[in-house]
Amino acid sequence: MQPATATLAADGGRVTLSGDWVLAQAPALAGQVERLRPRLDASTVLDASGIGRLDTAGATLLLRLGEDAGDTARLDGLGAHQRELLDAVARAVHAPAAAPPRPNGVVELLANAGKAVENFWHDLIELVGFVGLILSELAGSVWRPRRWRVTSLFFHIEQTGLNAVPIVALLSFLVGAVVAFLGATILRDFGATVFTVELISYSFLREFGVLLTAIMVAGRSGSAFTAQIGSMKAREEVDAIRTMGLSPVQVLVLPRVLALLISMPLLSFLAMIAGIVGGAMVCVYVLDISPGMFMYRLQEMTQARHFWVGMVKAPLFAFLIAAIGCLEGFKVSGSAESVGAHTTSSVVQSIFVVILVDALAAIFFMEIGW
Amino acid sequence: MSETVIEVRGLRNQFGEQVVHEDLDLDVRRGEIIGVVGGSGSGKSVLLRSIIGLNRPRAGTVRLFGEDMARVSAAQRHAIEQRCGVLFQNGALFSSLTVAENVSMPLIERRGLPRTLIDRLAALKIGLAGLPPEAGAKFPSELSGGMVKRAALARSLALDPDILFLDEPTAGLDPIGAAAFDQLILTLRDSLGLTVFLITHDLDTLYTICDRVAVLSQRRVLINAPLAEVERQDDPWIREYFQGPRGRAAEHAALAAKRT
Repeated sequence: MQPATATLAADGGRVTLSGDWVLAQAPALAGQVERLRPRLDASTVLDASGIGRLDTAGATLLLRLGEDAGDTARLDGLGAHQRELLDAVARAVHAPAAAPPRPNGVVELLANAGKAVENFWHDLIELVGFVGLILSELAGSVWRPRRWRVTSLFFHIEQTGLNAVPIVALLSFLVGAVVAFLGATILRDFGATVFTVELISYSFLREFGVLLTAIMVAGRSGSAFTAQIGSMKAREEVDAIRTMGLSPVQVLVLPRVLALLISMPLLSFLAMIAGIVGGAMVCVYVLDISPGMFMYRLQEMTQARHFWVGMVKAPLFAFLIAAIGCLEGFKVSGSAESVGAHTTSSVVQSIFVVILVDALAAIFFMEIGW
Repeated sequence: MSETVIEVRGLRNQFGEQVVHEDLDLDVRRGEIIGVVGGSGSGKSVLLRSIIGLNRPRAGTVRLFGEDMARVSAAQRHAIEQRCGVLFQNGALFSSLTVAENVSMPLIERRGLPRTLIDRLAALKIGLAGLPPEAGAKFPSELSGGMVKRAALARSLALDPDILFLDEPTAGLDPIGAAAFDQLILTLRDSLGLTVFLITHDLDTLYTICDRVAVLSQRRVLINAPLAEVERQDDPWIREYFQGPRGRAAEHAALAAKRT
């Protein structure tokens, strides 16, 4: 390959071009062309007879050189094929679209904040609407056993419930142990190590059992709902369901919502047990509280209402996670990228909503003295 | 006879028990538009993937520009790959990038080009592919089927390839869009001096722009010749394909177009 050059003759009237004007030479050539351009005028003749190979990159640079040196008709000595290529490029070329002016940073920040607030509001309204839709479909099909999708329901119970048992149990067990350690370290200074039992039972029955489960389920099952329904939406499967005269909410959403309503309380119960067992292990092996003592304090000091305070939240969280997961799935449009974006959004939203509702519930139960 | 740019000899492709190609030979000459036809599942796309190196054949050699692709060094292979542009069946545009960014990407990857030149070249390729300038700022999901094909064509032209591989370029386009795309390929071949390897089911495309037609059947290339010669072949599949109602209609249309 010959290095491409463009040389201006001493008298300034003629530019001699030579070498291969191809993409591989373009980095060096582009600099030469830009340096030459201000020194050319309309009378300059471009002598292209020395050009070996020419491609569209070379032709673009030739045209750029020609812009100032009159027009390309002033190009001498170009072969017929090369002339054809140059003409094709000249016809196709249009100035690259000007980049839109960059907005002021502060203005952009405010605009984005405004957009985010507006989106939040819209999401909220959509969620409330969707919850209403689920409830009305549920009411419509609950008296018609023929419309129950039992196979689908059990499939989703297995997916969201049974398959989540190991991870939920392990996680709660570990958190239970950590809480026991933390509590014991502080309570020991007051000589109140034995209250570790209450710390574990209160926290797991009221909060951690159901909250840890909800976070795991949001990450495991909420995201799966979004991805499943989203990819069905992207491939027009949801539209196909509609054209068969079926309701997508009934076919896709109800089995998932009901499955979570069943599995979440069971998983929460499991998480409470696992957490308390984790705490008990630490009490027995590290804090020298005997298993009998642990059980005695658990029975004597912890009232059953703490369990119900925790448990009553499980179906509520389950419903919210399933509704958000399915709704985000229906919002998917077209591309695979959109599936990913909505899956992320679904997990973030469900965890946010779960923690928000949990905080509100905590205040409520405190106020009524439970 | 002009130089052979693609030379396939004794190609064998096999997936599990299923043999797709056996002892397949194919030659493509510089500057011609070759149309590859064959029934569904006859291995047209596999042949394309074998030639461009996405699929390693069980046996046989593929030579591009006279180089045996199985024996060249990595650097040589890379250089040869840059001389091939590929238009995948569904466009394969990167969905997170705009059309202009899609076209610029191979140019940016070849370091050293100034940004202004890259933008110019990208705009040029978008224009060459017959898209309006404002299409450059759009994302692939905002384009119609025909525009996606054109944008993908613009990207495959980014590095000024010598050979253009097109996998069913007119599939899914309306007849007007398909005819315009045919003309576009013809124009690009003439002005850029491309060699075009074209897989198609579109009989109109075969009759309008292909210099030669390779028929893929019974695991090999049955015949690779100008269309008139292919039509005269005494093979049941070929007869069915070209003498069926659709084949005849396309032939009439092409003849009528040539007369006017």
